[in-house]
Amino acid sequence: MEKLLNWVDARFPLTATWKAHLSEYYAPKNFNFWYYFGSLAILVLVIQIVTGIFLTMHYKPDANQAFASVEYIMRDVPYGWLIRYAHSTGASAFFIVVYLHMFRALLYGSHRKPRELIWIFGVLIYLVLMAEAFFGYLLPWGQMSYWGAQVIVNLFAAIPVIGEDLAIWIRGDYVVSDATLNRFFAFHVIALPLVLLGLIAAHIVALHEVGSNNPDGIEIKKKKDEQGRPLDGIPFHPYYTVKDILGVVVFLIVFSAILFFAPEMGGYFLEANNFIPADPLKTPEHIVPVWYFTPYYAILRAIPPMFGSQFPGVLAMGVAVLIFFLLPWLDRSPVKSIRYRGRKYKIALTLFVIAFIGLGILGILPATELYTWIARVLTVVYFAFFLLMPWYTKHDVHKPEPERVTEK
Amino acid sequence: MTKLSNRLLCALFVLLQGLPLGAGASGVEVKLDRAPININDHESLQRGARVFVNYCLNCHSANYMRYTRLTDIGLTEAQIKDNLLFAAEKPGETMTVAMRTADAKAWFGAAPPDLTVITRSRGADWVYTYLRTYYRDDSRPTGWNNLVFDKVGMPHVLHELQGHLVPVMHEVTGEDGKPHQVIERLVLAKPGKMTLTEYDALVADLVNYLTWMGEPAKAQRMRTGVAVILFLSLFFVVAFYLKREFWRDVH
Repeated sequence: MEKLLNWVDARFPLTATWKAHLSEYYAPKNFNFWYYFGSLAILVLVIQIVTGIFLTMHYKPDANQAFASVEYIMRDVPYGWLIRYAHSTGASAFFIVVYLHMFRALLYGSHRKPRELIWIFGVLIYLVLMAEAFFGYLLPWGQMSYWGAQVIVNLFAAIPVIGEDLAIWIRGDYVVSDATLNRFFAFHVIALPLVLLGLIAAHIVALHEVGSNNPDGIEIKKKKDEQGRPLDGIPFHPYYTVKDILGVVVFLIVFSAILFFAPEMGGYFLEANNFIPADPLKTPEHIVPVWYFTPYYAILRAIPPMFGSQFPGVLAMGVAVLIFFLLPWLDRSPVKSIRYRGRKYKIALTLFVIAFIGLGILGILPATELYTWIARVLTVVYFAFFLLMPWYTKHDVHKPEPERVTEK
Repeated sequence: MTKLSNRLLCALFVLLQGLPLGAGASGVEVKLDRAPININDHESLQRGARVFVNYCLNCHSANYMRYTRLTDIGLTEAQIKDNLLFAAEKPGETMTVAMRTADAKAWFGAAPPDLTVITRSRGADWVYTYLRTYYRDDSRPTGWNNLVFDKVGMPHVLHELQGHLVPVMHEVTGEDGKPHQVIERLVLAKPGKMTLTEYDALVADLVNYLTWMGEPAKAQRMRTGVAVILFLSLFFVVAFYLKREFWRDVH
């Protein structure tokens, strides 16, 4: 066995890779609840890829057969219902896990120097994930699939000058059609997953280069023992592998509870209208995006059209996502973790969470006069969190950071 | 909120009008009755299957549903063949109908929708209420209208069983300050072959069947779910002590 390992190691850095990323990758010992979601995101990715492969074996990307093939999977394919529900539940789970993972960064300053690139790769992953979810949502070819895609592609049409041509280029047709379904299928099952895997690899390589942040927001690499190991670090394997197994089991219990007992999740994970086959001639009375897009959708609706164009709303929606890229440079606080930050950041972050969740709820509700005004206020709060950050983080009263990590 | 009138976003425009079911052109908002169904009650499902095949399957297809799947609710292949197989040759086939879409459009104004997953899009309560709230309306081409589906294209196929309901109107003052006639309730004008209670039970069986047909794997899903969660709960105990053991030396 050892001879075999030596043989491989002479030709491929197997042991070295194992050590660098697992058995001798030193992670801070004070990770808390918020640190489960990175490994859980990888778990959900694996669930999506494996179930996706099996769905692809039975699904037909054809406007005349797509809806029927999904029902075929649900009925005639052995355990097809399990594969399909795992995939649909996994899509929502992915966003829940990623949102919590991103929130962790805001709590403990994981996006701050020297981890800016980890953050940028992460935001790119988030963007690709949104595109992946959007393309995938068309595939069941139900009414909501169809009209959701129609609305989102029309957003691109609102871009001045090139918009109309761009929308046709995306759809491959003047309306969402078989051509659109075919290309969305290609994007969903191969193009974007490849990009996603590449970005995730970059995200993890960058993380392991600089080392993990922790709830105290201090660098464990500053205090090392004689062998050069961080005093507050423990090898990722076995410590965090066994700890993450615990997180995985708890996650899977929640995941299974939804998958087996409420796969539609009251219409939020699988919408009722999507059990009606796509009909290009019949617009549903109420088109709502899936829940993970609703905060941005609410921002889109909150911005009134200007100069007869919807473009300002589309722009605001785009900027609302892209502004995350700037976060490492907007934050001027000398400390990273919320534990040592002052009141201003705590208030700002609380307001941001309220705005994000509030917009998410408003995006589901019909846009009445009152709701639209609330959405406008929350949109201002959303952007103020980012745009005023240089000011309120600089002038905050922070507490001194500890020398070593603390256990709380 | 009708300021968003950009042509490019006509689909979006629809959204901004808010919920469709408010009082207005689409009719009165009707409180849906709760469908008394239980997909584990095989006898009810079998009765419902018979009603479905006899009354619905002439015009409505269930294109994704195979006759053989009825073995899941306690029927044998022989029973399926002898009692339910009118529109197909073999039990392995799906529940299709012979009526052409173009003919259907000419006769009813719209092709009758496929019913395989109808309760998943409409909800069991809606279908249960819908099938019990047909009323006479001479202004309609078929002579029938419906409380939850105003100007419905389908005539009351089950009227021989339920009998004829007629609306009792009463006057309300609308938002525009003018009086409007609205339907207060429906009363039985001409009894059918069944009492209303018997008819409700028949519709309940039918809706039960439709609900089961919407997701035949549901019972299996629930059973599997219990087993999976039990397993994971046991695994949690193992994972918990494993973690504690490994972390003993972390200070």
